[in-house]
Amino acid sequence: MRVLIVDDSSVMRKIVARSLQQAGLDIAQVLEAGNGSEALAVVQRDKVDLILCDINMPVMDGLQFVKQLAGVESARGVPVVMITTEGSEGHVVQALSAGARGYIRKPFTPEQVREQVLPVLARNP
Amino acid sequence: MNAIHPKLAAGETCESWIPLLELAAREVFARMLGGNLAVASEPVVAEGLDVTAVVGLAGQVSGTLVLRCTSESAAGMAARMLGIDSRQAGPEVQDAVGEVCNMIAGNFKNKIPGMGDGCMLSVPTVITGRDYSLHAIADSTKLEVRLLFEELPLIISIEIHN
Repeated sequence: MRVLIVDDSSVMRKIVARSLQQAGLDIAQVLEAGNGSEALAVVQRDKVDLILCDINMPVMDGLQFVKQLAGVESARGVPVVMITTEGSEGHVVQALSAGARGYIRKPFTPEQVREQVLPVLARNP
Repeated sequence: MNAIHPKLAAGETCESWIPLLELAAREVFARMLGGNLAVASEPVVAEGLDVTAVVGLAGQVSGTLVLRCTSESAAGMAARMLGIDSRQAGPEVQDAVGEVCNMIAGNFKNKIPGMGDGCMLSVPTVITGRDYSLHAIADSTKLEVRLLFEELPLIISIEIHN
C-alpha cells in the first residue's frame, strides 16, 4: 500500500508513518506533502491508496485539499482520514461533508490510528 | 468572528481552566511522547528556559498559549517523538516543540464546552534564546502550570485577553 501523509510538520509526518506501521498496515511506500497544494501535485503524479491529512496548514488547508481531490480523476475513491488538533464536532462534520472518510484527533495513540484507519480501508478494498 | 466566551463575557475568572490546561498537556505528553509530566517538589523557576513555542488563539477566547523549556528538554521531546536519541535530534527540535505547543492548545480548547468550534489556532512560532520579552498589548489574564519533563522544567501558560 502507498500512503500519502500531509502535514506541515515533518515530525508529525514521521509520527503518523510510524503509527501506521505500529498498527500493522502493510505499507510499501510513504509519500509526504507539507500542505494541500503539494499533496494535490503528489496525487496527480503518483498512485496512492490512502491519504492521512492535517487540517491547519499554510498555503492550502486540509479541507480545501479534500474538496479539490474530488476533481482529480486518478485519485477518485482514494480514502482520506483527517488527523488534526481541530477536534470539535463542527470540524468533524465539515471534514466528513468535504469527503473525508475518517477523523483522528491529536494527540492520538497508535491504537486510535488503527481504530480509525482499518475500517476505512475495509470499506475501500 | 465568534462572540466572546460566555465565561469571559460574564466577567468570571478562568482559574477553573488551569486543571484543564494541565490535563491537556499531560495527555499530549503521554500519547505523543510516551512520557509523563511530573509535579516538581520544589518551585519550577523560569531561568534557563531558552526555547519558547507560541500558538495564538482567536475567537471566543483570544490570546496566546506559550510553552517554555530548556534546549535539552526540547531535544528530549523531539527524540521521543521521533524515536531517536536526543543527541541525534537536529533541526526537527523546533518543529517538535511547536507541534507539542499546538497540540496542547488544541487539546485544551477542545476540553472547554463550546470552544472547540469557537476558537481558532495559529500555526506555532518557536523562539530560541533568552533575550526577549513577550508583551500582550491588550489587558490580559494569565493561567500557568509548571511541571517537569524528564526532570527538566517546563512552563505552560495561556494569556487570555480580557
